[in-house]
Amino acid sequence: MAKVRLSEIAHARSGDKGDGSNVGLIANSRELYEVIAREVTPERVKDHFRGFVHGEVDRYEVANLHALNFILHDSLGGGGTESLKTDAQGKTHGQGLLQMQIEVPEELLGEGDRG
Amino acid sequence: MKTIRIGNGQGFWGDNVDAPVRLLRGGEVDYIGMDYLAEVTLSIMMRQKLKDPNKGYATDFVDFIGQVLPELKERGVKVLSNAGGLNPHACREKIFELAREQGVENLKVGVVEGDDLTDRLTELVEAGHEMRNMDTDEPLAPLLEKVSSANAYIGAAPVVEALAQGADIVLCGRVTDTALALAPMIHEFGWSADDWDRLSAGTIAGHILECGPQCTGGNFTRWWEVPDLWNVGYPIVEAKEDGTFTVTKHEGTGGLVTVDTVSEQLLYEMGNPEEYLTPDVTADFSSIQLEQDGPDRVHVSGIRGSKNTPFLKVSASYLAGFKSSGTLTVTGPRAVDKARLCAEIVWKRLERAGVTFEPEHREEELVGVDACLPGVFPAPSDPPEVVLRLGVRDRDYDKVMRFGKELAPLVTAGPPGVTGFAGGRPKPQRVVAYWPALLAREEVEAHISVSVEEV
Repeated sequence: MAKVRLSEIAHARSGDKGDGSNVGLIANSRELYEVIAREVTPERVKDHFRGFVHGEVDRYEVANLHALNFILHDSLGGGGTESLKTDAQGKTHGQGLLQMQIEVPEELLGEGDRG
Repeated sequence: MKTIRIGNGQGFWGDNVDAPVRLLRGGEVDYIGMDYLAEVTLSIMMRQKLKDPNKGYATDFVDFIGQVLPELKERGVKVLSNAGGLNPHACREKIFELAREQGVENLKVGVVEGDDLTDRLTELVEAGHEMRNMDTDEPLAPLLEKVSSANAYIGAAPVVEALAQGADIVLCGRVTDTALALAPMIHEFGWSADDWDRLSAGTIAGHILECGPQCTGGNFTRWWEVPDLWNVGYPIVEAKEDGTFTVTKHEGTGGLVTVDTVSEQLLYEMGNPEEYLTPDVTADFSSIQLEQDGPDRVHVSGIRGSKNTPFLKVSASYLAGFKSSGTLTVTGPRAVDKARLCAEIVWKRLERAGVTFEPEHREEELVGVDACLPGVFPAPSDPPEVVLRLGVRDRDYDKVMRFGKELAPLVTAGPPGVTGFAGGRPKPQRVVAYWPALLAREEVEAHISVSVEEV
């Protein structure tokens, strides 16, 4: 096993969803999807974002796209127009999730994939 | 098999103004969809219309049409947009004026109406439609007096009707973004109203298109792999009768269309991927199959869908107070400590003046340290400079106004190295909040009308 950042094995996009945000996390292969589906639990995501996610984290599996979809409730400091935050729409949350480190079997990592 | 090319030339009001012109002139396209309505836009349009009954639509759209009208007509390219906002008739009148000036004849412009519920809201509530808030479950009734606008999200059917009547341009208000892509497919292919798989395919095509370049390389995680983002091509869907389609862009443009760029856009603003609800269909994103089909071409197939719901989404806007924010730039040494001291001075002086805010209505951010993703990246121990950003929100305009007067004094009364205070005192801005609710669809659909007129 090797510890790598999600940015080495996946990509992501985020946006707003009411007073929360969503982050789509997409693995770079079918095999890596199995790894993120196992490792990137809603609990771990909530802990990773404990600095600003005040609500629950829901997770949906979208296996056909090798993706997980996370809903981060109460993560914007109020809804889109009410929020006083710089990132009132959760545009940066995808980049933030890619900083998480997880354990990945070494045989799934190609050249340069070590985080 | 018959194929039509549907492009998106505008992802939101404020998007690149050259994009739709370049989309039109850059190659073959049959339909161009243009999205101008974010939730906040309708409440802004309401204020514009109250001041001037000839306003309340997206003026950028008219500017675009003015640049390309003879060309649109000559090539037979049709344009579908929600630019009509709260005043599609005024928008059409403006387009007709342009057509007369430019000598363009036989231009047919369709107007779709019925989404605007503002004047019907009280009557609907009195008739027993509670329109409870989808997030909080509170009923709408106590808020009625404060509501400034209310619109239902309507589907593709009236847009299809306008196309059937020969419209070259279709102007809508709060139609769903996805309907602007789905409508031409229904019109061209004759899909039936319960062909859920195909309606789902057209809807998902619309979801991919609706944010413009966000599926062609914009906002892509591996941005360093995207060529010529400055010249990014706006997306085109080549749709086929069987519900399969290919996402692409014009040759010679920048950007990148790959399974990865399209996947990211598919997940954008996604809730439950198996139940993407629109007025037209319940689309199932877990059925989508993506395949790279040559450079900058992604083939999409396998899409399934199921019956639409008996409800339409309504979004009402209401004034929820005022907010204000301002920034100061603070240099090192000890930039973070100095910025925190500046914030402390502001809050303490406001408190002394009797102006206090709820903790959750007060924001204090250090841009350059941890404003966006606190706790995710290690904070720099001694950054050379930071931007202190302070903000407040309150129902009381005067309190918010008072806050705006406390930033400038720090330039002389705070620690050294504080600068960047320009542009005067931050002024209170209105906070427009949204009330998402559901309404029985027949209450809206009975009032939808389509009119196509020719100049």
